[in-house]
Amino acid sequence: MKPEEKVIKKEPFIREYKPRKLKFTFSRQQLCIPYALFLIMFVIFPLLLVVYYAFTGSDGSFTFNNFAEFFTDTTKISTLLISILVALLVTVICLLIAYPVAYILSKMKQSTAFVLLLLFITPMWINFVLRAMAMKELLSLIGIPLGSFANIIGLTYDFLPFMIMPIYSTLIKMDKSLEEAAADLGANKFQVFKDVTLPMSMPGIISGAMMVFLPVMSCYVITDTFSGSTGFSVIGKLIAWSFLGENGTLTNVNGGATIALVMLVIMFLTMLLTGGFKNNNNARGTNL
Amino acid sequence: MIKKFFTRGYIFLVLAFIYIPIFILVIYSFNSGKTIGAWEMFSFKWYGKLGEIGDVVLNTVLLAVISAVIATILGTLGAIGIYYSKGKLGKAVNGISQVPVVNSEVVTACALVMLFMIAGLAHRTLFGLYVGHIVITAPFVMLSVMPKLKQMDSSLYEAALDLGATPTQALFKVVLPEILPGIFTGFMLAITLSLDDYIVTATLAPLGYDTISTAVYKAIALTTDKASEQVPIYRALTTIIFILTVAVVVFINVRANRIAKKRAEAGL
Repeated sequence: MKPEEKVIKKEPFIREYKPRKLKFTFSRQQLCIPYALFLIMFVIFPLLLVVYYAFTGSDGSFTFNNFAEFFTDTTKISTLLISILVALLVTVICLLIAYPVAYILSKMKQSTAFVLLLLFITPMWINFVLRAMAMKELLSLIGIPLGSFANIIGLTYDFLPFMIMPIYSTLIKMDKSLEEAAADLGANKFQVFKDVTLPMSMPGIISGAMMVFLPVMSCYVITDTFSGSTGFSVIGKLIAWSFLGENGTLTNVNGGATIALVMLVIMFLTMLLTGGFKNNNNARGTNL
Repeated sequence: MIKKFFTRGYIFLVLAFIYIPIFILVIYSFNSGKTIGAWEMFSFKWYGKLGEIGDVVLNTVLLAVISAVIATILGTLGAIGIYYSKGKLGKAVNGISQVPVVNSEVVTACALVMLFMIAGLAHRTLFGLYVGHIVITAPFVMLSVMPKLKQMDSSLYEAALDLGATPTQALFKVVLPEILPGIFTGFMLAITLSLDDYIVTATLAPLGYDTISTAVYKAIALTTDKASEQVPIYRALTTIIFILTVAVVVFINVRANRIAKKRAEAGL
């Protein structure tokens, strides 16, 4: 009997298995090396270069002059402020249009809602510059002149679908019994919406707003298309053109880097204020 | 009843806002004249001229497909690697992945220009253009694959090893099929993002290399450009893209319905 017990105590299976498992987990981790290297080389390092160039003069010495230049240049500062205002306005308009759509769809029979949802997101597969062209031609057909108003319509038109998806997906995941419980406890319809539905859908609203607010400031294609003679464009154009120049030659790298850094700070602050760092996993289409 | 009328009416209005511009473009793509609003004659004239923008379409599609394939391979490997490295390293790579997702494209593109400049390379090259597109798409592939890895039963991989599979076999025959839907979603997303991109292309593409985005921008925003002559051809192109999109959406929908019906009939 005794020899048999000793065999069991040795547990040869586990002894063999342990080192094997360790070795394999290590090799699976290594799979992310190409991806990690790619990101370090083409995302992190270039962003460090942005910071470097923002703080150096054209001769390569450390300086704050770029910032002094940017913040005293009234046209640049007003472009920045107007960009923020326009982006805020478009975000609010998109939210006001998209929230009821998402809310109504979330209350519908699921098969109907699915078909309607497809109708709302199908145009997203048409190139956004082509969609801007379509809206521009409609505006000229019904006689709305190019300018600020046309700009707001064009921006809203292009970014609206991005707002519907995230709100709809948080509403549909919401526990419906919470609304019923609130109603049972005596809340009227408005109170149910204000105190239960709206707070519960906040993550969707935030990721939708992220999809609109930051891209509006950066995407100068649409403002260029709809501004007409007002010549307004968003801060993104200032970055691209301040060091690329109209014919694609490098002109003012340090100035461009400075505005890019300002944009990065604005992005960081927006994310920080809205808690967007926590729930940006469902940004853009990843939750489709 | 009244409530239903209002909600349906609202949905209809928003859909009208989204679709009317597209429908007008579709209708006037069959107009022999150049201007919208002045109907001349029904014709396929502009469709016949699609060959003029053939190189632009080819550039766009090649760029989207090749960069999406590379982004899908990189992003999928990245997701598997991050998922199995539980420590700080995985978290760090995951965190870095968020950067191109939330960052403005214009900053991403301009930062890349600075990189190429410092490396002594020309800042407008096909290589740079492809790198730019992979930078903006690969993290989305990673983010699409990750949830599938999390949903996967982790004992499957270990079971495969216990049954005598080598780690490579286990990875290809067990893990890969499990996360395939995520990889497909990521690939489609990468294609969509690349097709839709303007800023990265405009900043990094070699001069004279146009995709649909940059060519249409020249045609509609810089109206003095010769490109504005081509606006009616782009109407025809939009019509074709729209019909293709609708066909794909309907096809996927019908197939999903059929699979669901078969499952219901089989009592699953």
